Amino acid sequence: MDVKRKGGIKWNKYLIAGLCMTGLVVLLAIVGIFWTPYSTTSMSASERFAPPSLGHFFGTDNFGRDIFSRVMKGIGTTILISTLVVAMSGTAGILIGALTGYFGGIVDEAVMRITDAINGFPSILLALVVISVMGTGQRNLVISLGIVFMPSFIRIVRSEFIRLRDADYISRARLMGVSRMRILFVHILPNIFSTFWVSVMIGFNNAILAESGMSYLGIGVQPPQASLGKMLSDAQGYLTTAPWYALAPGLTIVWIVLGFSLLSEGVQRLSR
Amino acid sequence: MKKRISVLLIMALLTTAALGGCAGGTEGSSGDNSSVESQTEGTNESSGDSTPAQSQTDDMQESGQSQTGTPVYGGSIVVGIQQDVDSLDPHKATAAGTKEILFNIFEGLVKPDENGDLMKALASDYTISEDGLVYTFTLREGVKFHNGNTVTAEDVKYSLERASGLLDGTPLISSLSVLTSVEILDEKTVQVTVGSANTELIYSFVAAIIPAGSGEEESGTPIGTGPFSYVSYKPQEGIVVAKNPDYWQEGLPYLDEVNFKIVNSPDTALLEIKGGSIQIYPYLTDSQAGELKDSFQILSAPSDVVQALFLNNAAEPLNDVRIRQAICYALDLDMVNEFVAGGGATLVSSAMLPTLHTYYVDLTDTYGTGANIQKAQELMTDAGYPDGFDLEITVPSNYEYHMQTAEVVAEQLKAAGIHATINPVEWSSWLSDCYTDRNYQSTISGITSDMTPGYLTNRFQTESKKNFVNFASAAYDEAYQAAAAALDPAEKAELYKQVQKILCDEAGSAFIQVPPITIAMDPRLAGYKFYPVYVQDMSTVYYTE
Repeated sequence: MDVKRKGGIKWNKYLIAGLCMTGLVVLLAIVGIFWTPYSTTSMSASERFAPPSLGHFFGTDNFGRDIFSRVMKGIGTTILISTLVVAMSGTAGILIGALTGYFGGIVDEAVMRITDAINGFPSILLALVVISVMGTGQRNLVISLGIVFMPSFIRIVRSEFIRLRDADYISRARLMGVSRMRILFVHILPNIFSTFWVSVMIGFNNAILAESGMSYLGIGVQPPQASLGKMLSDAQGYLTTAPWYALAPGLTIVWIVLGFSLLSEGVQRLSR
Repeated sequence: MKKRISVLLIMALLTTAALGGCAGGTEGSSGDNSSVESQTEGTNESSGDSTPAQSQTDDMQESGQSQTGTPVYGGSIVVGIQQDVDSLDPHKATAAGTKEILFNIFEGLVKPDENGDLMKALASDYTISEDGLVYTFTLREGVKFHNGNTVTAEDVKYSLERASGLLDGTPLISSLSVLTSVEILDEKTVQVTVGSANTELIYSFVAAIIPAGSGEEESGTPIGTGPFSYVSYKPQEGIVVAKNPDYWQEGLPYLDEVNFKIVNSPDTALLEIKGGSIQIYPYLTDSQAGELKDSFQILSAPSDVVQALFLNNAAEPLNDVRIRQAICYALDLDMVNEFVAGGGATLVSSAMLPTLHTYYVDLTDTYGTGANIQKAQELMTDAGYPDGFDLEITVPSNYEYHMQTAEVVAEQLKAAGIHATINPVEWSSWLSDCYTDRNYQSTISGITSDMTPGYLTNRFQTESKKNFVNFASAAYDEAYQAAAAALDPAEKAELYKQVQKILCDEAGSAFIQVPPITIAMDPRLAGYKFYPVYVQDMSTVYYTE
């Protein structure tokens, strides 16, 4: 098991393609925080619906705003929200999954039934319910999506803990009187990371799609802040007259999701 | 390996497509919301549309006049509507989206015409006593209900008593609650006595006349005297009406059948129009109008909604008139018009529909239609806010039109140093927070007018229940009361102009525009009429050959 690979990582083409695609996206998002080619909110009547050109890579929208600049901001918003969502549900997933998986019993049973219940609802619908109770806004969006994504992490972490809790080295550790918390988070946790990272990647992808979907429905990120999903819904009315308006955010979402899918595939292959 | 990538790609595309599919759902719920809205004393757009339509290009006809062609009798059409009806009982229906349809089935003693005046309908003549307390209506000869019975004085008495609450104590139409008695003088004459004089009360006699005693049956089988008679209604699908062969107006209607079909989503509507399954669709958006203009007749006219950035006069710092004026100066109304209405809106600076020609006065010069940043900043400095201030704009998010306006307005205010943020809320929370509790700083919304000049101005009186902007001006109250009480038409018009001027000068709110309403009509049709109030009159529509 302890074979050291030369160069640290064994590269595969999925990993490379995924890193390139997501790298570009993350780069755009980071640059977008400090600088965009044009202001993302200033409007210009004379430049409404300009088709893509050298001046405006992705053209301009119905208010004469540069779509490329807004996409840059939108990526940032989307990635930020998705990261927070995954961080929130991932952390909760590890904590709850570890405890229920390792100890089992009545608490495990109860938590599992609750996650079953959450899974019983279509995820967007559930997020909608949470949003309509708490109100719109970025923070509430993160919380609602976080709740929706929690069950999948809990289940994955739990099943891994169940698999490992009776492993020989854990039994030995237990016999040696190692504390439970140490067994949980020092002995077992590092061994589930390869599985966990893949689920984080997939979760991240789903979070991006969910955020876009929520913003598209008008309950996510609110204008004038740019968001890919919101742009998509704004563009819908101009689909035939200004197709680039819808294509730009749409293809960007496809790009991001594809990038992270490749990345998760690559990571998965790494561990084999 | 390759397969996996292409599967991923397809999945991603499908997801995008699925997102597109979701649109219908939200639009649908916005339609439902708008029926609620009209029940609250017409606080918002009666058009019930998230984007009251707009006209864009020069080749669009300005109103119904330019439609030509020789009328042919017969034929049937499908008219797309946006929301389900709330009641088929004409006295109980409150949603604008319902009234627009019932206009074809029911008539009152008088009815509105396309100029905003009243024409005599079931009454062939009427007189009002000098003190304004006694109305005497003479019934038109030989008008028949859809069930074949002739309209009698009994029916009129019953209908008015039912609508005004004289019958059972609950007025169904609140403006008629001032009626104290309805007497039958002879079989063709009805005399109505009211408790207090109001020169605008005559507009309330558009209330539908229904057969005596039919009250509770109306919601199931509506019977009126209108150009079309009720055929069938299916919830969530639509309502079908057929030609009334006995209609009292000679030669009307032209069509044999009209099907009002509920189409919740504007996108679906567009597809249906293009596919030919809808012949008239009255709520086009700017971009849809542009898309359809080659294959359809696009007609446009001002709606009955005044859109404004309503400022809560009781909230800091908007309680300072200079701040409110500064906001008015900072707005670039031409730009709003260009961006959200495609240039088809009528800009206004006070609460009166320009279509009420007698009373309307154009005050847009007060603050100018362009942005005057310098003036705005001077006023803000005077008021002690040289560095600007934060302004939260609450917007009912189901109205795309208001949302878009808010985006433009927020950007314009930024130029003047006012840091505006948009707070989108559900329609129901808008109603409770902004309208009822008046707990907001500013909001972009629309208020719907009827044909009376007092309808919109009334609400800005200090003590008015509907004064959700907390506008408080003694001069305004005085002017409004004088205007409402005036009996001489010329004097009344003059006083109403003063009322508008005070509201504008004291910047009761930052009024923006009357959005246009744009319809698409099959090129074979003609005769569509726009009304200053929100109705779909199908009686004059005909096929040309």
